[in-house]
Amino acid sequence: MSEPLVIVGNGMAAARLVDELSKAALGRYAIAVIGDEPRLAYNRVLLSSVLAGETASHEIELRPASWWQDRGVTLKYGCIATEIDVGRRELKIENDESISFSKLILATGSAPLRLNVPGADLPGVHTFRDSRDVDLLLTLAAQRKRVVVVGGGLLGLEAAYGLAKAGAPVTLIHLMDRLMERQLDAPAAELLKSLVERKGIKVVLNANTARIHGESCVTGVELADGRKIDADAVIFAAGIRPNIALAKEAGISVNRGIVVDDHLQTAAPDVFAIGECAEHRGTCYGLVEPAYEQARVLAQHLAGKDARYAGSVVSTNLKVSGVSVFSAGDFMGTDGSEQIVLSDVRHGTYKKLVISEGKLTGAVLVGDTSDALWYLELIRNKTPTARIRADMMFGRSLALATEAA
Amino acid sequence: MTAVDPALRITPTTCPYCGVGCGVLATPDGSGGAAIAGDPEHPANFGRLCSKGSALGETLRLEDRLLYPMIRCSKGTLEQVAWSDALDHVAHRFQHIVARDGPGAVAFYLSGQLLTEDYYVANKLMKGFVGSANVDTNSRLCMSSSVAGHRRAFGADTVPGCYEDLDEADLLVFVGSNAAWCHPVLFQRMLANKQKRGARMVVIDPRRTDTAGDADLFLGLKPGTDSALFAGLLAYLADNGLLDHDFIARHTSGFDETLARAKSMAGSVAATALATGLAEQDVAVFFQMFANTPRVVTLYSQGVNQSAQGTDKVNAIVNCHLATGRIGKTGASPFSLTGQPNAMGGREVGGLANQLAAHMAFTPPDIDRVRRFWKAPRIATHEGLKAVQMFQAIARGEIKALWVMGTNPAVSLPDADGVREALKKLDLFVISENVRSNDTVNAGAHVLLPALAWGEKSGTVTNSERRISRQRAFLPAPGEARPDWWILSEVAKRLGFGAAFDFKSAADIFREHAALSAFENNGNRDFDIGALKAVSDEGFDLMAPVQWPIRAGEQPQARFFSEGGFFSNDRLGRFVAPEMPSLRTETSASRPLRLNTGRIRDQWHTMTRTGLSPRLGAHLPEPFVEVHPDDALRFGVSDGSFARVTTDYGQCTLKVVVSERQQRGMLFAPIHWSEANATSARVGALVAPFTDPFSGQPENKATPASIAPYEYVFSGFVLSRTPLELPAHAWWARVAVTGGHGYLFADNADLLGWQDWLRASCGDDIAEFRDFGGGVYRGASFAGERIETCLFIGPAHDAGDWNVVKGLFASDALSSEQRRMLLSGKSTDGLASAGPIVCACFGVGRTTICDTIASGACTPAEIGAKLKAGTNCGSCIPELKRLIAQTGTADSGQRKVAAAN
Repeated sequence: MSEPLVIVGNGMAAARLVDELSKAALGRYAIAVIGDEPRLAYNRVLLSSVLAGETASHEIELRPASWWQDRGVTLKYGCIATEIDVGRRELKIENDESISFSKLILATGSAPLRLNVPGADLPGVHTFRDSRDVDLLLTLAAQRKRVVVVGGGLLGLEAAYGLAKAGAPVTLIHLMDRLMERQLDAPAAELLKSLVERKGIKVVLNANTARIHGESCVTGVELADGRKIDADAVIFAAGIRPNIALAKEAGISVNRGIVVDDHLQTAAPDVFAIGECAEHRGTCYGLVEPAYEQARVLAQHLAGKDARYAGSVVSTNLKVSGVSVFSAGDFMGTDGSEQIVLSDVRHGTYKKLVISEGKLTGAVLVGDTSDALWYLELIRNKTPTARIRADMMFGRSLALATEAA
Repeated sequence: MTAVDPALRITPTTCPYCGVGCGVLATPDGSGGAAIAGDPEHPANFGRLCSKGSALGETLRLEDRLLYPMIRCSKGTLEQVAWSDALDHVAHRFQHIVARDGPGAVAFYLSGQLLTEDYYVANKLMKGFVGSANVDTNSRLCMSSSVAGHRRAFGADTVPGCYEDLDEADLLVFVGSNAAWCHPVLFQRMLANKQKRGARMVVIDPRRTDTAGDADLFLGLKPGTDSALFAGLLAYLADNGLLDHDFIARHTSGFDETLARAKSMAGSVAATALATGLAEQDVAVFFQMFANTPRVVTLYSQGVNQSAQGTDKVNAIVNCHLATGRIGKTGASPFSLTGQPNAMGGREVGGLANQLAAHMAFTPPDIDRVRRFWKAPRIATHEGLKAVQMFQAIARGEIKALWVMGTNPAVSLPDADGVREALKKLDLFVISENVRSNDTVNAGAHVLLPALAWGEKSGTVTNSERRISRQRAFLPAPGEARPDWWILSEVAKRLGFGAAFDFKSAADIFREHAALSAFENNGNRDFDIGALKAVSDEGFDLMAPVQWPIRAGEQPQARFFSEGGFFSNDRLGRFVAPEMPSLRTETSASRPLRLNTGRIRDQWHTMTRTGLSPRLGAHLPEPFVEVHPDDALRFGVSDGSFARVTTDYGQCTLKVVVSERQQRGMLFAPIHWSEANATSARVGALVAPFTDPFSGQPENKATPASIAPYEYVFSGFVLSRTPLELPAHAWWARVAVTGGHGYLFADNADLLGWQDWLRASCGDDIAEFRDFGGGVYRGASFAGERIETCLFIGPAHDAGDWNVVKGLFASDALSSEQRRMLLSGKSTDGLASAGPIVCACFGVGRTTICDTIASGACTPAEIGAKLKAGTNCGSCIPELKRLIAQTGTADSGQRKVAAAN
């Protein structure tokens, strides 16, 4: 008899876990997936492409229904899990019967932050998280509504780009003095700003949102320094918050996210967490790649193999057509590290490699990201770079040709 | 009817570089340039040109030219003035100084690149009318020892043989001549002789030059010992019964004393070997070769001439030819290779301080004859000061007015720093020039007079075989530039000598020159072109290359002296006993080495012309010093690094080339760089000003010197569309590159300073690569898709590949991918860099050649068939052979390793 394994959440982490489990422990578990979004799991990363009209909504589905069926997965989407009874190993579902589990995996993801400012609840204030949001934003763009996007990180930039591409006049406002400050150094951010502006997006930095104006609907945004920006809609893209409520109410230890160990296990036995909701060694990852790594490790663990998750070297890819941005590792360069920089601003290129103790430890690429994966590999593998130092900036093929010579 | 613009027709003219005097066909392109080809009809070259001649088209631009007369004003800057003002000023000042201090206080310093007609007018004005013989020329540095040696032996400055002898000889002996680099077209003729007729070659030189690469025997003798070698040869010839007693008896004098001296100097093979530092075996082989080969030509050049014993060396050589009667016969003669296009023409007009005119000397009958011919009552009556002494007299304040024409003495004279200081003392310092700026101009010239350059001026030049050829104009006179003869005649008129200088054309002057050569000659003087004294203007324009003498009513004569007929009073040739050879200087603990100087293959003199050609700049772009590996070890210098070379006269910082071509104890540095094109490579400043007692030619090739490593942390290069001023702390050398100016540099300052310098030198559209931790900064600025300026600086051993970047710089539009990879300094298209240029004619690089060798080409001919390299001027063929040898070795080495594995 297969053990009942329940996954809460029907996002990318869940889909990957099912995939890994079906490879590593086929038949060992009877899997049920409970998700609140009313559709099959899809590639959330591509939502901005859908918004930009570069990809159709149905094309971003991760797996067809048959795939789930073939793996014997009980798929419940559009369902909200309301409570975990850790002791009884039961999960309660809204308007439905509880289901028991022998293993429970929380893959609840995260929710967009809504700023706590006056007017934040006005009609016309939106977020950009799921495919329902995308439909809404497309409607706004079609009506040429003036949109203010709050947040100059990855999500905000992608939303702004998508909206602008779809036809909306867009202003991107960002609290910090540079875009993507958690992934980019100042010159990279400056170049990114100019590239984004070339796409027709107005960028306002050092913009602390004070209030959103409007009676029945949004009419504008006021900044703390008094500047006002007229707007018909506001999109919050200023960060995410891990969805931890379910775990917290079940008495499972949480911090910013649900605290997990190297086996991705929470403080409760047989309850695990992966993806954006999990907090591992103090880090909540907001990216898909760590979620996939966690899914792989967890599947191994659940298959009885010795597998541990030691954290991820994260990299960021901004996928806005014509504005490639990549960032990985110690991109700012901590003390004792060295930096190699290639910049060609008019040509839209900025590249910085950070080297520490003869190894590549960080990289920022704007404009030309063709060798991003190679750099990431060098960072992850801690490959000694002395022999390729002179050429590595100019790409793998040149560096390896020189190294071979 | 022809559709071709008559201004664009093919013009036959003569190359302005070495004394071979090759015929050139120039086809103007109508926009200031011209296509250049060898003249197949010209008997000097039969269509061949060397790398320098082939690149003449790249040197015709006007951007550095002096186009208007200029006078230094009270503020110290040079200001443009009208010709009439400039000429009035020069005449007035000369007149004033002569009136105040006498004719001895003025001097002309001329050039072997002046045309014969210019030379004639200068000589006539100074010696005939100003009344001073202070007329000397850069030929003093070039072949005056040959002149003096010829005059001692032959009674006249006669070159007895002709180029045909080089085709017909069975033995070619090169003494102090790197003909492979310095007279490439003649050298190719001789190689053809070697290939077709089996002529053998002996090279006698302290340095194993590329000429030695083809030699059957190389004699790397100690510097300055040539006289001993040839004294030994004379003794050997006598001891072995190989003398032409009949010739000696009938046509010469002084043999017995000379033989006695020779025997005392080097009376045996063993004694000769001891005196010259050669192996006995090698000496014996050479003596046998010479003794057993009736058709022998001994060619000598700067290694013989530029010496404080140069005249003796010439006579020691000539003695052996006189003693065997091997002179003026087909394939048998001594042969002086002249370095300049018109050194010979200058000698013909008498443009040297110890000549009067037209191969006449300062003897009372000659003075009287020339006085009457010129109607010049104030004619100078004694020799003037020769170059080195002339500038020493300037330094002492005895000469107060100097007019320099077409030469750069602040670079080329020995003790060049001393010369530069001396020039600052002049009351009047006039320069007739092509260029607006060079070290001599910048030494404080008071008046600059714009002279016509090659391609614009018209007249005659004479080559090493006494052949007079026309240099013709094929370009319009730029700006207000004028012929030198016109400038001189205008000054002469203002000095009150109008009647004697009423020349309307170069042809007018040539006719007078020809008439003087024949005036009361009667066969007593070798130089006689009387048959041309009535040539019409049209005849002058169409004049084909012609060899002198051309006596009126007589057949032309290709050779001299096979039946005697020397030009001494007794018509005998003179054996001259040389002094025991010894250099004028001693090495010491602080100056343990000797500095030899000379030319490189693709540059000419101080590079004011060849320095404009990107092709020519590619061969050896940086000033260097060549050092023997043992000396390199001993003095701690290494190949590719920098070294300071110091003598008692000055100091240079040069790139080090470690090479076994160099003899132990000797350094070699090329003469071409100046302050105009490098920071610290003006080698003339190192050279001791000691001169030959007879010729006054300085000993440029043996100055005691020391060498010490000089370390630069960084090296790099700059490419720019416009000339740039590099930071003052950097060492640099400028190189012409396609599309602009290149600078190779080295420095110890920090990279941040270079980044600031580049940013200040260029516009906003800039790409940069910084790896300060790795010691690298590179930047490039763009105008549209074209590179405007780029800077590469890195660790001294690894600054990036200049050849790749030069290729991209030459392009008018970089692709996005090329721009992306530009600052890598590596080739982008998967193709390896062609490497430094070896064949300048076809722009073939070393890497390309090595690849071709690696893929099976094992002779220069096979390389030529594939790449064209070496098939034009052939001057890179020695280097091709070296590369074949090296690549071959590396290959077999690899095979061995492969086999071992």
